[in-house]
Amino acid sequence: MTERGNGITAAIRASDGPALCGYVTAGFPDLGSFSTILEAVAAAADVVEVGVPFTDPMADGLTIQKASHVALENGVTLDWILELLEGLDLDAPVLLMGYYNPFLAYGLDRLGESLSKANVSGVIVPDLPLEESGELRDRLARSGLAIVQLVTPTTPPDRLRAIAGASSGFVYAVTTTGVTGGNVHFADSDLEYLGRVRDASELPVLAGFGIRDRSQVEDLAPYVDGVVIGSALIDSIESGTDPGDFLAGLRLTGAPA
Amino acid sequence: MTTTTASPIELLIEGGPPPNGRFGPYGGRFAPETLTSILDRLEEKTEHLFADAEFMTALEAELADFVGRPTPLTPAPALGSRWGAEVYLKREDLCHTGAHKINNAIGQALIARELGVERIVAETGAGQHGVATAAASARVGLPCTIFMGAIDARRQRPNLERMRLLGAEVILVEAGDQTLRAAIDEAFRAWVADPAGTYYLLGSVVGPHPYPWLVRQLQAVIGREARRQTISAAGDLPDVAVACVGGGSNAIGLFHGFIADSDVELLGIEAGGGGRPGESHSATLGAGTTGVLHGAMSALLQDEHGQILETHSIAPGLDYPGVGPEHALLRDLGRATYESVTDDEAIDALNECGSQEGILPALESSHALAGARRWAGSHPGGRIVVGLSGRGDKDLQIINGEVPHD
Repeated sequence: MTERGNGITAAIRASDGPALCGYVTAGFPDLGSFSTILEAVAAAADVVEVGVPFTDPMADGLTIQKASHVALENGVTLDWILELLEGLDLDAPVLLMGYYNPFLAYGLDRLGESLSKANVSGVIVPDLPLEESGELRDRLARSGLAIVQLVTPTTPPDRLRAIAGASSGFVYAVTTTGVTGGNVHFADSDLEYLGRVRDASELPVLAGFGIRDRSQVEDLAPYVDGVVIGSALIDSIESGTDPGDFLAGLRLTGAPA
Repeated sequence: MTTTTASPIELLIEGGPPPNGRFGPYGGRFAPETLTSILDRLEEKTEHLFADAEFMTALEAELADFVGRPTPLTPAPALGSRWGAEVYLKREDLCHTGAHKINNAIGQALIARELGVERIVAETGAGQHGVATAAASARVGLPCTIFMGAIDARRQRPNLERMRLLGAEVILVEAGDQTLRAAIDEAFRAWVADPAGTYYLLGSVVGPHPYPWLVRQLQAVIGREARRQTISAAGDLPDVAVACVGGGSNAIGLFHGFIADSDVELLGIEAGGGGRPGESHSATLGAGTTGVLHGAMSALLQDEHGQILETHSIAPGLDYPGVGPEHALLRDLGRATYESVTDDEAIDALNECGSQEGILPALESSHALAGARRWAGSHPGGRIVVGLSGRGDKDLQIINGEVPHD
């Protein structure tokens, strides 16, 4: 088990009620205001995901596509993100969420060391399923970093156990088929699936994709250890809402763990 | 069963799914987890169907009766005398819907029907794959939705209309670069939203495993016919087989017929765009670096940060920043070589073929003709098979300068 990965697990376990993981696209809406946004999100969330923009974000809906496009127009690179993070002292552990190609182009050889130096605890790579993730996992493990694996409602039971076993930090349970940013109504079968993920996993389970409001968090609370808020947080930033306030509105305390 | 001692070329000749979905270091399955079980099922089903006599008989019947195969191998004596070579054209332009794309589309549509899906989705660049998919979907009785970049739709208006007349719903993609690459992104998203009910009919030898293999198997009919026809017409194999390479499906289809014939040179021609230094182009294998896009590791046009570059070619079907992983392996092994020709060279070749042979090739295929002419210049008397992947009727607006090609 990884040192920094353990830090993520501990931060989730320490949450009173479902943990909140807030996603923000790096350098969105502009380079100048991003660090203030990031600090506010880190103060309100238990874990922070910083999105590394990519030109072809296949697993993302319109909100994150647009934010990624804006970030790239603003000149955001992985180097810029790492330099910024190195200079910040955030209240929550940070994961980088990004597609594989920018990490590959950066160089897997030096990635682990660079992430550690920037106080990053691990990565989530949505286009890197278990079979393709071995090389990255080995490199990151040497630096004590987590690689969070995703499971989905289409993942068969034996595969679910294998992925949960290979993940570190937490297990990311995608609530639904589809891309990020939809507005999901959770059916009984979805909740049952989340229960199966938790049964298969020793790590905490966070649900993500399509979670936008407090009632959804209430529905999910008995079945998961936390939730990932992405597109809804980007939307709130775009509409001028304080991201800390928005996340605070989703915070349940005293809910059954 | 493949053995660990088989060489990379021997594995390709065998024709089975590549081990772990890899062509050497290339290929693989870099796709969201939602698709893993769907892609597993597709591989399993396809392998089963390709070994099923009843399915293969049905596929061959569609290739004959619907597509119009075998397509001719036309001797081109006028080009031959101008180039100082013996030239044959493999006439995929005579396929139903006007290009080789239908070989793949009808095969995958039949697979989709066997899988019991509710609808087909596909991307299209030049519109040729979209038209082929619309026709094939109608033929097998499945509704289909085609995603097309808004820029491509403007420059390929006739194909947009054809897709609609063939019963397809066409969705114009305003996001991203508004060309083939953005259309692939959107088709992927539609598929991820309903993976069990939707069949993604990918148009080239790209994408996550098993697509590069599955599409190659369906296009290999081009090379099988061309090999037999060349021997029949000339009494021997060609010295070189030449095809244009965007994603690379017609080239893989042609090359595959000759892959075991180590004396037959395989030459892929990429789009060099305007051809001036620093200008954008689509010469992925010549100028690209290794990376991951649209589910596979292959050669890519990308910047130092791993962001995908905008590409350019006068031929919309070649205007793509990636290429099939099998081509990247063939390049590394030295089994195939890849060169590029410019927009102007392609236009010259189009005019030459039209006026001298009475055959109007697509702009994409014109790249292959220009590359073949160059090859002939250094191989006097050589015997050349050129993959004429499609017909040029769709390109009249571009050729006449009525629509911008970038």
